[in-house]
Amino acid sequence: MAGNSTYTPTNPVEKWLDDRLPLVRFSKEHLMDFPTPKNLNYWWTFGAILAMMLVVQIVTGIILAMHYTPNVDLAFNSVEHIRRDVNYGRIIQGSHAVGASMFFFAVYVHIFRGLYFGSYKAPREILWILGCLIFLLMMATAFMGYVLPWGQMSFWGATVITNIFSAIPLVGDSLMEFLRGGFAVDNATLNRFFSLHYLLPFVIAAVVALHIWALHVPGNNNPTGVEVSSSRDTLSFHPYYTMKDLFAIVVFFIPFAWFVFFAPDILGHPDNYIMANSQVTPTHIVPEWYLLPFYAMLRAIDFNVLFIDSKLGGVIVMFGSILILFVLPWLDTSKVRSGNFRPLFRPFYWIFVLNFLALLYLGAQPAEGIYTILAKLCTAYYFVYFIVILPVLARIETPRPLPKSISESVLGTAH
Amino acid sequence: MFKIKTIFAAVALASSLAFSSAAPAAEGGGMEAELQNWSFSGLFGTYDTHQLQRGFQVFQEVCSGCHSADLLAFRNLSEEGGLGYTEGQVKALAAEYSIMDPSTDSGERPAVSADRWPSPFETEQDARDSNNGAYPPDFSVLAKARGITQKFPYWAFNYFTAYQEGGPDFIYNVLTNYAEPPHGVEVGDGQYYNAYLGHGISMPPPLADGLITYEDESLPQTTEQYAHDVSAFMMWMADPHLVSRKEMGFRVLLFLVLFAGMMYLVKRKVWANVEH
Repeated sequence: MAGNSTYTPTNPVEKWLDDRLPLVRFSKEHLMDFPTPKNLNYWWTFGAILAMMLVVQIVTGIILAMHYTPNVDLAFNSVEHIRRDVNYGRIIQGSHAVGASMFFFAVYVHIFRGLYFGSYKAPREILWILGCLIFLLMMATAFMGYVLPWGQMSFWGATVITNIFSAIPLVGDSLMEFLRGGFAVDNATLNRFFSLHYLLPFVIAAVVALHIWALHVPGNNNPTGVEVSSSRDTLSFHPYYTMKDLFAIVVFFIPFAWFVFFAPDILGHPDNYIMANSQVTPTHIVPEWYLLPFYAMLRAIDFNVLFIDSKLGGVIVMFGSILILFVLPWLDTSKVRSGNFRPLFRPFYWIFVLNFLALLYLGAQPAEGIYTILAKLCTAYYFVYFIVILPVLARIETPRPLPKSISESVLGTAH
Repeated sequence: MFKIKTIFAAVALASSLAFSSAAPAAEGGGMEAELQNWSFSGLFGTYDTHQLQRGFQVFQEVCSGCHSADLLAFRNLSEEGGLGYTEGQVKALAAEYSIMDPSTDSGERPAVSADRWPSPFETEQDARDSNNGAYPPDFSVLAKARGITQKFPYWAFNYFTAYQEGGPDFIYNVLTNYAEPPHGVEVGDGQYYNAYLGHGISMPPPLADGLITYEDESLPQTTEQYAHDVSAFMMWMADPHLVSRKEMGFRVLLFLVLFAGMMYLVKRKVWANVEH
């Protein structure tokens, strides 16, 4: 939002700069004076937490790249070299590996917050779509990062995931070979994954900049879902939200540090401490926990539909589960944003959350017996929620009366 | 302010996310693992220097005949938080081993502290030929590449107790559970039945009571004691800086908790006059 600035250059140097590149003015407008609804709860701090996590991952990653060797014969031992011989290497490597998990935990909270409070609705569709794009890029980056230590799960995860592209008709096999750089996952795969794993975080950072730009045009959504109507509804970003976000970041760092220092391996798989071996397949190939819901949906499709075989079906469902998020603003046509004022929406939303957690659990289980049946049911609910429940609710639901403004809701529900 | 409901929801979400990642590692198909007490478990865990030295003795006299430890350097043995040998002792120990070095006249020279632990076999094929076709895995990070399976809800507690000793627990249980195969169970040619794993493995029972003579005669010279010591040693080998990591972790946590408390006060002060 332009024009919120109270900035006046105080000395000739600032004045000179302001006429040429108004960097200070821009910072003051967007990092300090930006009017932010005063009723944001702690779920809103995850945006700042995510920005911080991106910085943590990029900084630790750049240092790791100084010591890592992307070669099939050396990669595994070079990671061990970092952990054993590099100064503070075990902390840096641990922070990067655990950081990926913390990053995803935060992004899931952030996404589910948006789903509950209707943050994807007009005029924030572009903001939401950019967020979905960041999520997709994060998944690609994390997947390729997990391949780099070249352990058994790295290798077999890469084999399974690149293999699913071969399901695409006509171009599938060529695409798979293109991704792998050969017929099988090998040195060429490791090298390109390393290169892309270094590139994508900067692409993410660029999309994050657009994401924040798209946020600063309509401004923040808030727990009531009612738009800001006057300056009484808002506070300046600094110091109110800088301090609140910083507090949340420090609290978030406590479990982060807990894992880094006391249980750095608990979020990973022991098999990844065995060097990649194309001759030995692990009993269960499982991706990292944060990709499990989508892995469960991929495996849930074990039947053919008309001319679509189960493999292609699984791929369609898995990518569809993410692509459907992109069109969510046009599926949920309810004018009311916040779930707090939508009595019918709420139970379906919480079932959706539990359903997602169930998918996460099922992704880690062997694809057999009761697990496949449950995975099918959960996959079905995931899609039904977006395609049927949300559009229907928008038509039949009578929302509770909305407060006239943010200030009114704050005064009305003083606690 | 935080709402109680919100906190509950967050904890529930966090723990349920954590749950699902508890993918069981190397299977112990046979029986439930018997968990051991380890000096290096928990927040303030440290290695027991004497135990590591005994474990090293077991490794030297028994394991290293077949198993390599490519990432172990002699110098590691004198590092802080580990076995506690002096640099002089390590130098003398290294000199007892010879290293293949094509840059010398004879192609061989005595090891120095900077050298890695020499492999018992030159190639994987040599190792297989001497071990009935099986390849003895490298010891360097083996203690981290193994784990035990636990029933729900016990594994869920691990995220809060920081249980990271699945590897040594696994190794201990394998080493102490060689047995006659139960009726009807057949093990392969040249294999030995292991009750913990529930199937045969190619490694013959490596330990036996009285096999190794400890300097400290007050300790029981039993398979259990040897297994316990060598498992601890293997954990050290896989994670030689565990002690300094945990020490730093405690300081970091303390700092973060204090910092969070101060930030909370700052936040409260800043927001004091805002109706929200």
